[in-house]
Amino acid sequence: MTRTETNRSRSSNSNSENSGDGGGGTTGMRIIVPLQGVVQGRGGLFLGSVIPCAFFYFFQFYLKRNRKNESDNSGEQNSSASTPNSVSNSGFPDPTRSQSAGHLTELTGLPRSLSRILLSPRHSGGAVSVSGRVNSVIKGGDSPYYVGQKRVEEDPYDELGNPDGVIQLGLAQNNKLSLDDWDLENPKEAISDGLSISGIASYEPSDGLMELKMVVAGFMTEATKNSVSFDPSQLVLTSGASSATEILSFCLADSGNAFLVPTPCSPGYDRDIKWRTGVDIIHVPCRSADNFNISMVVLDRAFYQAKKRGVRIRGIIISNPSNPMGSLLSRENLYALLDFARERNIHIISNEIFAGSVHHEEDGEFVSMAEIVDTEENIDRERVHIVYDLSKDLSFPGLRSAAIYSFNESVLSASRKLTTLSPVSSPTQHLLISAISKPKFVQRFVNSNRQRLQSTYTLLVKGLKDLGIECTRSNGGFYCWADMRGLMSSYSEKGEIELWNKLLNIGKINVIPGSCCHCIEPGWFRFCFSNLSESDVPVVMNRIRKVCETCKSQN
Amino acid sequence: MGLPMMMERSSNNNNVAELSRVAVSDTHGEDSPYFAGWKAYDENPYHESHNPSGVIQMGLAENQVSFDLLETYLEKKNPEGSMWGSKGAPGFRENALFQDYHGLTSFRQAMASFMEQIRGGKARFDPDRIVLTAGATAANELLTFILADPNDALLVPTPYYPGFDRDLRWRTGVKIVPIHCDSSNHFQITPEALESAYQTARDANIRVRGVLITNPSNPLGATVQKKVLEDLLDFSVRKNIHLVSDEIYSGSVFHASEFTSVAEIVENIDDVSVKERVHIVYSLSKDLGLPGFRVGTIYSYNDNVVRTARRMSSFTLVSSQTQHMLASMLSDEEFTEKYIRINRERLRKRYETIVEGLKKTGIECLKGNAGLFCWMNLGFLLDNKTKEGELELWDVILKELKLNISPGSSCHCLEFGWFRVCFANMSEKTLDIALKRIHEFMDRRRRF
Repeated sequence: MTRTETNRSRSSNSNSENSGDGGGGTTGMRIIVPLQGVVQGRGGLFLGSVIPCAFFYFFQFYLKRNRKNESDNSGEQNSSASTPNSVSNSGFPDPTRSQSAGHLTELTGLPRSLSRILLSPRHSGGAVSVSGRVNSVIKGGDSPYYVGQKRVEEDPYDELGNPDGVIQLGLAQNNKLSLDDWDLENPKEAISDGLSISGIASYEPSDGLMELKMVVAGFMTEATKNSVSFDPSQLVLTSGASSATEILSFCLADSGNAFLVPTPCSPGYDRDIKWRTGVDIIHVPCRSADNFNISMVVLDRAFYQAKKRGVRIRGIIISNPSNPMGSLLSRENLYALLDFARERNIHIISNEIFAGSVHHEEDGEFVSMAEIVDTEENIDRERVHIVYDLSKDLSFPGLRSAAIYSFNESVLSASRKLTTLSPVSSPTQHLLISAISKPKFVQRFVNSNRQRLQSTYTLLVKGLKDLGIECTRSNGGFYCWADMRGLMSSYSEKGEIELWNKLLNIGKINVIPGSCCHCIEPGWFRFCFSNLSESDVPVVMNRIRKVCETCKSQN
Repeated sequence: MGLPMMMERSSNNNNVAELSRVAVSDTHGEDSPYFAGWKAYDENPYHESHNPSGVIQMGLAENQVSFDLLETYLEKKNPEGSMWGSKGAPGFRENALFQDYHGLTSFRQAMASFMEQIRGGKARFDPDRIVLTAGATAANELLTFILADPNDALLVPTPYYPGFDRDLRWRTGVKIVPIHCDSSNHFQITPEALESAYQTARDANIRVRGVLITNPSNPLGATVQKKVLEDLLDFSVRKNIHLVSDEIYSGSVFHASEFTSVAEIVENIDDVSVKERVHIVYSLSKDLGLPGFRVGTIYSYNDNVVRTARRMSSFTLVSSQTQHMLASMLSDEEFTEKYIRINRERLRKRYETIVEGLKKTGIECLKGNAGLFCWMNLGFLLDNKTKEGELELWDVILKELKLNISPGSSCHCLEFGWFRVCFANMSEKTLDIALKRIHEFMDRRRRF
């Protein structure tokens, strides 16, 4: 498709949403006059093809401008595109696969969603209509992520009670590994210390008690082996990593802007970053040939392609240790990313929620983004924001306590106010304060946690290897990133979903297919091993073996 | 490619990456007098012995009158298990792990039964329609995200809780169009006021998605009449919009018979298209005096709203420990019946104390029957019945009397001179002192 000059200059001025206005008027005239010429037989083939194309682009631009709300729609449709019934564009992955699919749905999505909201009571579930955000939920429910969770809930595996149940390998919980330590180390009296009702019932700062912030800062410092000293006054506590990520999205980007996100990435980002904020995600694909490391070249390309399309990038979101690979970003990587952000004057959100769960350090160390900017001038520090989650490192998901760490006073100020919408419950804060502030316990807990993660990881990876399934090297976190391309019937998204289905229904294991993580290469699967005990691993292996045999006999 | 980059750099003189409009906007409302008074209190808080001349906090609607009931219950029934629910510490494991946005079934059932009790059994609540959020603040914002798109509007009767400006508008991009109410009919919502507000929105080309009321009302401290609720529902059906009823003070109505919940109105309606537009917000912060626990809920008769709200509650889940802690307490009907009864009684007494005390100094209040505050009329003290005049008086009361009360203008009241005065977040002694200060102030004024 040709792009006209007018279109290009409009894109580069796209900071304001009204940039199209003036251009539209005069461009209209420029179209009409030559069109007359075409109609009357003059102008010829060139104008006859350029003009309609230009018209098409202006129309698309106009639609896009007037339909900011629906961007959530198409985005959600995208994430649920990996269902068996969805459109699969081609057998081979295309670097802009998700983006072009998104555009397709945007173009065709407008009349359909409008009718759904205004005219078609059936679809909105009643005579009265709801916002565009609801439609994405109604449609998005078919994502393998949710389907798998539901299956586990309905039929959960239990060693004694339900040995044929579905084994959960799709949710990053860390329950089997270290809870016994908690029960032993924290007798009830210690927990209920100082927890009289009046002491905890009243309104407290929504961004968390200073005492808890001090404790969290200490924990984060410990995770970096004291290379960084985290300042509690730069922490904002909130009820979960989803909330922390969303708050940062709200603070750093306007609706219609975008973040660059290297993929494969966490399946939760579509919700956390995009859903209510209207902010978009531009995926930056990483490839197995590079060990799924971020290529600065690809990152650059994605940035400028977005710019050409008129999309303003506000930041880049990385995870370290990464989700789903579990790899650690090297110092060089981190410096390069900081340089990248500095040159384009954008933010960096570093998702370090697995910082305390590094289990293999022989071939890498965890370096926090905070350490990288520790030696930089002030200005660069202000573009770095870290998300941390107590729940991952402490086996505490139900207690809902995560943190934003930033050097940017304005971000901290806005985030603090936003935590009124997602505060940490007071008794929970007190419990955490009393539990985590015992340094000896914390040390011991963290160490035993790491050891157990390490041994389960090793067992799982070996078991998979024996079945011919290789994993990328994971140094931290709860995930294995497994290469199951050899088991697919076809090298395509469809093949991946078929395999996922077999793993769920025949193997009765819930794993996350790479498409949920927006992985550009089909056939990769995320296994969460933190909720497996050592005796569970052979069971999992048997289940997978069954599936392997089914696949081999079918192929 | 070099050009756009340079343009970006030069537009930002200190070269630091900019923040979003949401981040830099002041829609959080924390610069309003409502919050400024809190700051004054924080800097100089009253204390009976340590700081008797400090600022008395009467701007925070917190309920401290019935703590002792809660404490006694927890000590007697569940001394060890109170942190972990009925299972005690072994319940810890489930507690720590549970992160399902459906919420604990036992807790939802407890909430449903508690809400039924408050309404004297006049309405039933299905636990599966309860969605948990970390506070009513989050519940209101969530509903707004779900029911309206950016640039749409919700109609809200004035005067209203100042926090709505933030909760309903900040991140959602939704507007509030006020339904103006005045003292001529005790600030009740009239059909004319509703139509007028709706028309105002239409004239400005704004799409109205719903009406949001607080019942009992904050800051009025009065219940909404049954007839008005029926009118509101009619209006919502006619305009094909939603009706949200924030009933967080429902357990703080002095006489149970005087409260009609919108749930009662829809209880006997079978028409789904009518029911599906009704949504209720509730929280334990006010009735139980547990704001720090951050427990809020959305109750909706609309399946899609329930489903979406559940997903969205991922951003604002209630801690599982908190759910466990409260589940057994809330489902203990003997306890809750007693608590609700005694709490109402104590609040009523407090209300009467303050209203009588003010009356003696010549100050009238709106006739109220609920809540943690009274709506006081100081219009007669204003030389200029304007917003500036009102704020001047507010400033005097804060600086001279050291009382933090909330000016009506921060609640968007168009009649100037009204103030919201909270009375449930202090001891009786402190309330006495506050009344004394007002008495002295009025005496001084009379001499001039």
